[in-house]
This record gives sequence, structure tokens and C-alpha cells, in this order.
Amino acid sequence: MHRSIVSLTVITVFTAAALLALGLALPKWLLFMCTMAFANGLVSLGIMLLMRGGVVAFGQGLMSAIGGYTAALMFQKLGVKDALLLTMSGGVTAMLITAPFAPLLSRYRGIFFSMLTLALSMVGYGILVKTESLGGSDGFNLGRVTLFGQSLADAWVGYVLYAISACLACLMAYICRIYFDSTRGLITQAIRENELRVEYLGGSVRHTMAINFLIAAFLGGCGGAMAVMALGHIDPTFSYWTTSGEFVFVAILAGTQSVVAIMLSSIILEAVRSFSSAYFPNTWQLALGIFLLVVIRFLPHGLGSLWTRTTRKEQP
Amino acid sequence: MTSKALLSAKNLQKQFGAVVAAQDICIDIQSGERVSLIGSNGAGKTTFVNMITGYLKPDSGVIELDNYDITALSPRQITHLGVARSFQIPQLYPALTVIENMLVAMACHENKLSMWRPSSNKEHLARGADLLHRFGLSQHSNRRVKELPGGIRKLLDIALAMTGSPKLLLLDEPTSGVSAEEKFPMMDTIMRVLGNEPLTALFVEHDMDIVRRYADRVIAFYSGRIIADASPEQALANDDVRRYVTGELRQEASHA
Repeated sequence: MHRSIVSLTVITVFTAAALLALGLALPKWLLFMCTMAFANGLVSLGIMLLMRGGVVAFGQGLMSAIGGYTAALMFQKLGVKDALLLTMSGGVTAMLITAPFAPLLSRYRGIFFSMLTLALSMVGYGILVKTESLGGSDGFNLGRVTLFGQSLADAWVGYVLYAISACLACLMAYICRIYFDSTRGLITQAIRENELRVEYLGGSVRHTMAINFLIAAFLGGCGGAMAVMALGHIDPTFSYWTTSGEFVFVAILAGTQSVVAIMLSSIILEAVRSFSSAYFPNTWQLALGIFLLVVIRFLPHGLGSLWTRTTRKEQP
Repeated sequence: MTSKALLSAKNLQKQFGAVVAAQDICIDIQSGERVSLIGSNGAGKTTFVNMITGYLKPDSGVIELDNYDITALSPRQITHLGVARSFQIPQLYPALTVIENMLVAMACHENKLSMWRPSSNKEHLARGADLLHRFGLSQHSNRRVKELPGGIRKLLDIALAMTGSPKLLLLDEPTSGVSAEEKFPMMDTIMRVLGNEPLTALFVEHDMDIVRRYADRVIAFYSGRIIADASPEQALANDDVRRYVTGELRQEASHA
């Protein structure tokens, strides 16, 4: 019914290797764009996970901001410079800080869940803007990260960050795929369809939703930390509602079936944003909106439905 | 001497505003019994089932399963103690296939859900396929539930309830919405499967032919009260049952 773990592993390793090879041929601006796309894709992957359970988080920017600020603060205050350590620390901190809210949020569905997550992210934004020690509304910079204790040369820093983000995206997508296909992943899908029956069959809806929220927070934190390392700067707009909206945009564009679609959608968003900003400086949101309308009209289940539908048809 | 009751409901009361849905309900169900709950619409049958399964909490009274008080427990906790139910309107996962519905049910029954164990593991697939075979649903295994006719959905709903090997199975109108020709074959299938299991079954039913044929005992409800609790022959001959449930006495009075 599902791909075996061996074939998933082979596909993931092959994809990561292909992306690493491709990166060697990409120009610097495209490397940066892809790095940001993978970093933001991680945040959207968390939203996708929640959407499989029937809820949409409109405040995932907060997780991204927590991850970003954690990485930046560890770099500035503690002198931790290793890219992988900063990324994982961002994810773990986002998960720990938002953990107390998980039991509360697991009780809500629909617009209430969305609005609560949005409210949390805007509270976070307000705190960050008013906290001078965190740079207030201007934020602060962080320098060049290292990898396994090795400093990165000017010519390679863009590629190394791209490589880390690509490998991380592949790894997280791989883990998420395994999770989606697991017993808990199936329960998540069942909750979206009929949570009353899940309870009557003995499954815990709230426990599953809380776990999903925490995993989404971890992914958001990792994505935020990765984005901050690529940008070299962090500010409160990471937690602003429009940023969260972009993550939701990617998740809707991708649909809930394919983890590959999330990364692809994130790349599309970054590409549309880059080219629209260049050619229609003040109206790139218009181009983005039209693009989303077209996708919703012709692919209501997202980009992922293009190949997941084909796979299903091929099954006997 | 009677054996120890599997399910014991003592003095259950439930009111919704001015409507009394359960009034001093006392029922003991022995292990292995096939009990039919009858009554007109609004008589309190489904309220009783909902209280047993934890969906509704009684205003007062106690419900015990194997001498363990389950009155305040959640549906999930009660399910793990061995009580399963089906619904009048099948509660399924329409976008999933039939076998995926079974996999959901088996995953739910696991006490500790795994983040890594594939939902379609060999053990669950085999158990799911076996249960579908026993319900005669094997040929629908890979069809999506939303494509299935009502009778098949009803059977699947009951098959889902059976995945946890319950001690007590509550079936809420298993043949409602099913054509007259399909009712008996469907009940035959259900009873054949139940016959192989050491379980107790309660089924809410409106069709008295079904009740006569498949129940060992009948409990009749009217206005939130029990008006008869006896064998099918005795209960269906009871004047109150004939007046308020089957309507035979009212018909006779109007013809006279």
C-alpha cells in the first residue's frame, strides 16, 4: 500500500545527491533562492502535517521566529557557530517554547485553531518588537556560520548553506513521509475525516493533534534557523502574520499528499516572488494571488495531486 | 442462580431540558446475551446506548462493566475496556478505502501509537482482511467508502467496531436504511460473525421480525422508561409494548 522504507531511503538519498550535484551548476542568486525555499518549505511541511489532521495553522511564523532568534542568539551570545547545531537548536527551542500551548490547541478545530495560532504569533511579534535586547523592530545580524568546525570560504558559503538546507529538507521530508504512513499518521488522516469515530475506536484525538503540533513547531524552528543563517539577519517580521500567510500559501499550493510537493511549491513561491519583485515591484502579491487562484481552480488538491493521483491509478 | 452481570446500569437518569430521556433505568446484561432494545422514536434507546459508551453522562445513576464503574469515563476509555459500538448513520472515513478504514480501526485499538510502524503492516493487513472476509466485504477492500452502497457501509461500520475484539457490542439500528430484502441476509451475516466471538450484543431495532428472530431478550423503552424486559415472545405480547411500541393495540382500537 505504501512505499517500503528501503525504496523511500533510496529515493531520498538519490534526490539529496542529485540536489547536491545540481547546486554545483547553479548561479549564486539561484542557490540563495533555493536555500530560502527549502528553509521555508520546512515550515510549510509542518503546516501540511497539521492540515492532514484537518487544521490549518496561521501562526507558524512564530515557530520560524523562535528558531531564527534561537540560532541568532546562540551565535551572538554563546559563540555557537555550527550550522547543524544552530538548526537543531532552533527546532528544539521552538518545540519546547510552544509545548505548553499544545494541549490547549489540540482542543480546537477549524477557524478557532487558525485564529488561536495566529493570535499566538502576533503576541510573539509584539513581544519581539518591544524587546530592545533582541534588537526591537530592527532585529540584529549574525555572522558566517561554520560546518563541523570548519569555517566556510567566501566562494563556498552559498553552496554549503544550500547543501545543508537541501539535505535537511530531504531528511525531514523522508521522516515526515514515514510518519504519514505510520499508524499515528493514519490516525491523523482519520481525525480529519471523522474524529468522533476515532475516539469510539479507542484513539486519542487530542494526543495525536498535540504531537502533530509539536512536530510542526520543530520543523518551523528548524526552517527559521536555516533562513536566518542564509539571510544573516533576524527581525520580528518572521513572526508577522503575512509571513505565516506565505507558509500557508505554500501548503495549500502543495496539498496534503506529497512531501515533495511542499518543497516544489516553496521553490515556486520564491521564484514567483523574485521575478514578480523584479518586473512588477509593487504588485508581486497580485501575481501570487492570481497564481494561487489558477492552482485552486485546476488543482483543488494541490500540486501533489498531479502525481499521487497517477500513482493511485497505476495500483491494481 | 444468575451469572454475574457483564453490564449493569443502575437508576440512570438523563434529562434534556424538559424532556426526560432516561428515567430510573436499571438493566443487567449477562455475558453472551443477544439483547434487543426497542421503542418508538425518542423513547430513550439511543440515549441509553450513548450513556453506556460515554458519549452522554447520566444526570445520576451508575454504569458498571464487569463490576468496574465506567459512568464518568470517556468513549475512548470505555472502548479500551471492551465496549464497542456501531452507529445508526455509519461513522466511517469516506475518502479512505475499505481496508484503510480497517487499518484506522486497528491502529486506534493499539494502546501506544507508533510514529514509525507502517499503518499497513502485515499483521494489521492480515487481521483486517480476515474480518472483511468474515463480513463478506473482501471484494470491496480497495474501494473508497464514499463509493459504497448503504448496506455495505452498515456492515463495514460493524466490522470496524469488531476490530478490538470487544466484550460488549452495541449496534444502533443495524438494519435501518437497508431494503427489506437485504435486512435478513445482513443480520444473518452479523449474527454469524458474532456467533464465532465470545461477546455480548445489544442492538437497537425497529423491525419486530428481526427482533423475534435474532434476540434472546427484549427491553422495551417508552418515554425514557423501561416498559418491558423479557423474552421476545413475552415482551412483544405485553400490552404496553403493543400500545406504545408496535402500535397494535392502537390500531385495534381505531378499527373497533
